[in-house]
Amino acid sequence: MSVLVISPGLLSSVQDDGRQAWRHLGVGRSGALDAYSYSIANRLVGNATGLAAIEITLTGPRLHFEHAARVAICGAQIDADVDGLAIPCWRRVDLPAGSVLQLGACRLGARAYLAIAGGLDCEPLLGSRSTDLRAAFGGVAGRPLSAGDRLVVADGFRPDCSEPVIDARWVDPAPDLDLARPAIVHLLPGHDAITDDHALFATAWKVSAASNRQGLRLQGPGLTIADPQERISEPVMPGTLQLPADGQPILLLADAQTHGGYPRIAHAIRADLPRLAQLRPGDALRFVRCDAALAERKRIEQRQRLVRMSIALG
Amino acid sequence: MSRLFTVEPLGEDALLLRFGSAIDATINQHVHACAALLRRERPAWLLDVVPAFATLAVCVDLDAMSDVADPLGAVRGWLATRDFDAIADGHLPAVGSHQIRVRYGGDYGPDLDAVAAHAGLSPEQVVQRHASAEYRVGMLGFAAGFPYLIGMDASIAMPRRATPRIEVHAGSVGIAGAQTGIYPRSGPGGWQIIGRTDALLFDAARAPVTLLEPGDLVRFVDASRSAGPNA
Repeated sequence: MSVLVISPGLLSSVQDDGRQAWRHLGVGRSGALDAYSYSIANRLVGNATGLAAIEITLTGPRLHFEHAARVAICGAQIDADVDGLAIPCWRRVDLPAGSVLQLGACRLGARAYLAIAGGLDCEPLLGSRSTDLRAAFGGVAGRPLSAGDRLVVADGFRPDCSEPVIDARWVDPAPDLDLARPAIVHLLPGHDAITDDHALFATAWKVSAASNRQGLRLQGPGLTIADPQERISEPVMPGTLQLPADGQPILLLADAQTHGGYPRIAHAIRADLPRLAQLRPGDALRFVRCDAALAERKRIEQRQRLVRMSIALG
Repeated sequence: MSRLFTVEPLGEDALLLRFGSAIDATINQHVHACAALLRRERPAWLLDVVPAFATLAVCVDLDAMSDVADPLGAVRGWLATRDFDAIADGHLPAVGSHQIRVRYGGDYGPDLDAVAAHAGLSPEQVVQRHASAEYRVGMLGFAAGFPYLIGMDASIAMPRRATPRIEVHAGSVGIAGAQTGIYPRSGPGGWQIIGRTDALLFDAARAPVTLLEPGDLVRFVDASRSAGPNA
């Protein structure tokens, strides 16, 4: 079965859980920026972990379902309707053949995930179907979706319905993802000291419009590195907080380059990456200190909530 | 513990082995030898080992260590029991070696004359010096399959262009400071471009996906005078 892209939205791309093992060749992770919402969307439609979904940015696509399909939309709070009928997020929805799903504006958050039972079937490269937008491979020809693309969906549950059927059960993503509350991000120490730690933690940082899947560019009082000498390139990871010479930090996300020469002043913990992925230009975020033990506890709690959700959705 | 490196955290799910903080051929060889050793051992939790000039990231699959209370602590303990002494004593693993044909100058290398002027040499001398050295792939980074080559003749070093080019052709061979490198695909770039190769540096659908591995040896061959595509 397949889904026709009538219009692509601002930046929609095929993503899964990314490439973890290829940084030594300069290949980044890619994958769903908000891996938590992506995972829940897959679980809602009964997909195995890691099947490919559509990541939507700020404004969604218009899609024609040529066959009946079970879908779920998670992540940002996004306007969605099927032929005039509003479709809620965080629920399983069955669509009849011929449905046109219109995804509109994200009202809260920046990225929504549309999972389809069976998962999107494009060629896996380096172990993943994710679109690597920087290196231009994976997903649909290594690029964002465009009008006229026909997305093949692998075999999966096919509902038998003549009207959209919205499941009564829904998932509450809080506390792992609570878009109504200000973003508070836990930071592990980095390699490079700054002169004024207080400024990093006391500031409400603003997300710049120049942010993208590679990283969030933050605006606030300029930070100063304690030892300003030139550095040679060293490995960086999603979550690394870099400080370029202009004093405005960059928080790297899933499309992070593999190496960087900027000082690394901190690292955001994994459990907070989903909330970071949902920040929009102009949004504020604050940082709080964290240690390895707290980071681990938060990561394990988040995973346990996902497991419990899977069991409940059974 | 090893005499070769110290260990630092790199966020929640990686450690950084630090061999030094400068670009140095011997240090870089140690990085690649240790990377090869860790890859050979391939413990179940090892996602990737990522070499850089003087550091090596060890990426840890935390989900494969869900029964371990302090995963990075456990990895530090594991590293402490490995024997890196042979590497420190100069026993280094074999690496791949490559010859890459380059057409220098003209449309292929629009900055060759600028590099020559900067060096106080003729363009022919720059080409001769660039094509006579043996280089090591210090790391692959910046872009998929982009090799940072170390070992260039210091006399042809030149800073990046003040204004990066909007479009650098795939296969372009450039100079940035004391390093030389090759752009795997077309895109913006600030290196001084002195030539171009037809060699395909990165292809996600090919195995292996990159032409070069970190730590490999590279020589450039001056193909400026031969006709037709070559690699």
